[in-house]
Amino acid sequence: MSDVLLARYADCIFWLARYVERAENLARILDVNETFSRDSRGGQNWRSIVQLNSDEERFFATHPSATAQSVVKFYVIDGANPTSIVSAIRYARENARTLRPLISTEMWVQLNVFYNRLVELGEGDLAPGRLAALFATIKEACQTHTGITDGTFFRDQGWYFYQLGRYIERADQTTRLLDIKYHLLLPSPSDVGSPTDVSQWNALLRSAAGYHAYRRLHTASTTPARVAGFLLLNQAFPRSLHHCVREAGRLLGEVKSRYLLRHGNDAAEELDRLRSVLGTLDISAILSEGLHEFLDLMQQQLSAITRDLSIAFFGYSPEASQAQTVTPQ
Amino acid sequence: MDRSILDGYDPQSFYCEMLRGAASGVIRERLSGLSIDALKERAAAANAELYNLGITFTIYSDAQTIDRILPFDVLPRILSAEEWRHIERGIIQRITAINLLLDDVYHDQHLLSDGVVPAELILGNRNYRPLMRAIDLPHKAYVNICGTDIVRDERGTFLVLEDNARTPSGVSYVVENRHMMLRAFPDLLDDISLRAIDNYGAKLIAALQEVAPPGVADPRIVLLSPGTYNSAYFEHVFLAREMGVPLVEGSDLLVEDDRVFMRTTGGLSRVDVIYRRINDDYLDPEAFVAESMLGVPGLMRAYRAGNLALANAVGTGVADDKAVYAYMPRIIRYYLDEDPILPSVETHICREPKALRYTLDRLAELVVKPVGEAGGYGITVGPGASLQELDECRAKLVADPANYISQPCVNLSVAPTLVDGRIEPRHVDLRPFAVTGSSTWVLPGGLTRVALRRGSLVVNSSQGGGSKDTWVVE
Repeated sequence: MSDVLLARYADCIFWLARYVERAENLARILDVNETFSRDSRGGQNWRSIVQLNSDEERFFATHPSATAQSVVKFYVIDGANPTSIVSAIRYARENARTLRPLISTEMWVQLNVFYNRLVELGEGDLAPGRLAALFATIKEACQTHTGITDGTFFRDQGWYFYQLGRYIERADQTTRLLDIKYHLLLPSPSDVGSPTDVSQWNALLRSAAGYHAYRRLHTASTTPARVAGFLLLNQAFPRSLHHCVREAGRLLGEVKSRYLLRHGNDAAEELDRLRSVLGTLDISAILSEGLHEFLDLMQQQLSAITRDLSIAFFGYSPEASQAQTVTPQ
Repeated sequence: MDRSILDGYDPQSFYCEMLRGAASGVIRERLSGLSIDALKERAAAANAELYNLGITFTIYSDAQTIDRILPFDVLPRILSAEEWRHIERGIIQRITAINLLLDDVYHDQHLLSDGVVPAELILGNRNYRPLMRAIDLPHKAYVNICGTDIVRDERGTFLVLEDNARTPSGVSYVVENRHMMLRAFPDLLDDISLRAIDNYGAKLIAALQEVAPPGVADPRIVLLSPGTYNSAYFEHVFLAREMGVPLVEGSDLLVEDDRVFMRTTGGLSRVDVIYRRINDDYLDPEAFVAESMLGVPGLMRAYRAGNLALANAVGTGVADDKAVYAYMPRIIRYYLDEDPILPSVETHICREPKALRYTLDRLAELVVKPVGEAGGYGITVGPGASLQELDECRAKLVADPANYISQPCVNLSVAPTLVDGRIEPRHVDLRPFAVTGSSTWVLPGGLTRVALRRGSLVVNSSQGGGSKDTWVVE
């Protein structure tokens, strides 16, 4: 019966991928912020991370201010915070537990060990001198997960839903990162082109693991428009919105045809539409219409696609998928 | 200074599986070459691996912790080929009798009209399911998976303690324990030929195919589990993977036109055979407990219509009831015209006034058990019980005698076990697993459970027992 996949499993696999991707993205953002964003903006940089996840209300209810210590603690070890790294890995592990019949033992063991290590972290592990090593460890663990998955996950239906989850989450994360950071970093006319300004844009690129790729493409200059264009539209950059949307569309088409899945046409059409929009737009058009509005629209589209996938494949009813939040159980 | 590991080991008057067992000579030699520190090191590594691998068991009374490992003891329990042959024959005889019993109970009930057992014991049994009287099963195989608990007394005789014919568990630990030994002690196993146990999944799926509804070309099989929070979830995963079948929960299935389907990414897909690890009571809210969230409404309709096979069948609890157990020698003779190969423990059925009086007079010497429980709960072990525990037991007996049986305390055999850095004797039992489709096959060896507290006779995993790798030497 390897040609069928339980709807509930498809749901769990999709979200497993999303949670690990989310954790890796967050670790990278925190890492870059810690290392490269030391400047006069100080607390603004840390606050922007809270805004990225729309966590202001919850964060400021229990923390007086957004400092390196409070933000890192909130997002790394706070188990009561559903958007923290430890929470994301907990959800990933619980999904993996449900998926144990389907995934390799190595995949389960790695997530299990990773989670147990995160749970043991205390405030002492977040001391300034140790953070860089900690973030490196977290990123590596996420990448190890990806490697094990790539090497051991049997290439039937489940693998496709895993990849779909990964690309949709990644697309979403890129739009959020750009949305927050772009507006934070938008220069005053006197700053444009200054070394401080450029280092901030480089930091943004590093957050998305795109710094060196960007350097190869645009050897001469770093401008806000070029950076935004790279992160959104560049087809070769694996974390760009365009690349992720294109891959997701391709994978959805493939799984539908290979396994004769009749549903999911809505999601397929939306992904197709999105891909063609991203293929024809250029960054100056986006910027003149309003970057924030554009990114907001992209996030809504990704959310709608997730909803349609849930109804088509994961067994959700239209009402249930409406209520589905970003962090389902 | 490293000591030899069996220095100072004293099993007293108990039968020691290692010192007296027919096949342990070779192992004793190899073990005596190991220091206790080396043993402790390997044991610690093995247990750490259990956590990482998630080979865990949930204990109901401990609400906080979900993941606890089933303690694994590195010293194996060894059976000779001959000892195993004897046990195997006894089990096959027993399963055959049990299936004949169930077929009779759910059809013409000759054993009642012939007075083999009191009618009330069967018809008044809470596990008797009248709806099964309308159903005919392929190969008349009611108990497809059975776990029979066997103990050895101080004379070295194997006795049957009880059958588990509903949802027996533990086979996953049998296989994982062997893998654990191979990882921790490859040198111990060098050049020793052991009966293989890796084919359990293949044997199981073959049997399930044999009992599928007749006429179905390629039976679709699933394993139905209560889900991740169930204490035996690890085993459900293990079995689903070994068989290569989907692990489903009640919510994944639905019944339409008296047929069972599962919800997949491609829509509804037909299901023909369910290996269910859910109790009868919770299987179908339409037919049994209405509040059950674990089952599938309408499952019994599909079963009755002949569109579904269930392993084990509904209503097998009648056969593993502890009161019916007392009649098993008689039942074996009735259906097979043979003497039991494996004797039972002497059992007093307290629903009978004479047996109740006998029990009440000797409470401090006997073991009193409720007839329908599993997991070792509700048992009072007379020797070693406090006066208050004995009084409570007496009160329960007097209030509801039909719910209890009593047995003498069997002096269970012991095996050397690593406890707090020393090798000490601990009581063990054995649970072989039998798979029945068109015929019965028994997994060589089975689960050896060990009572880890000194002097304790309670081996159940749900109450802090552990397990050992079980070797059947070829």
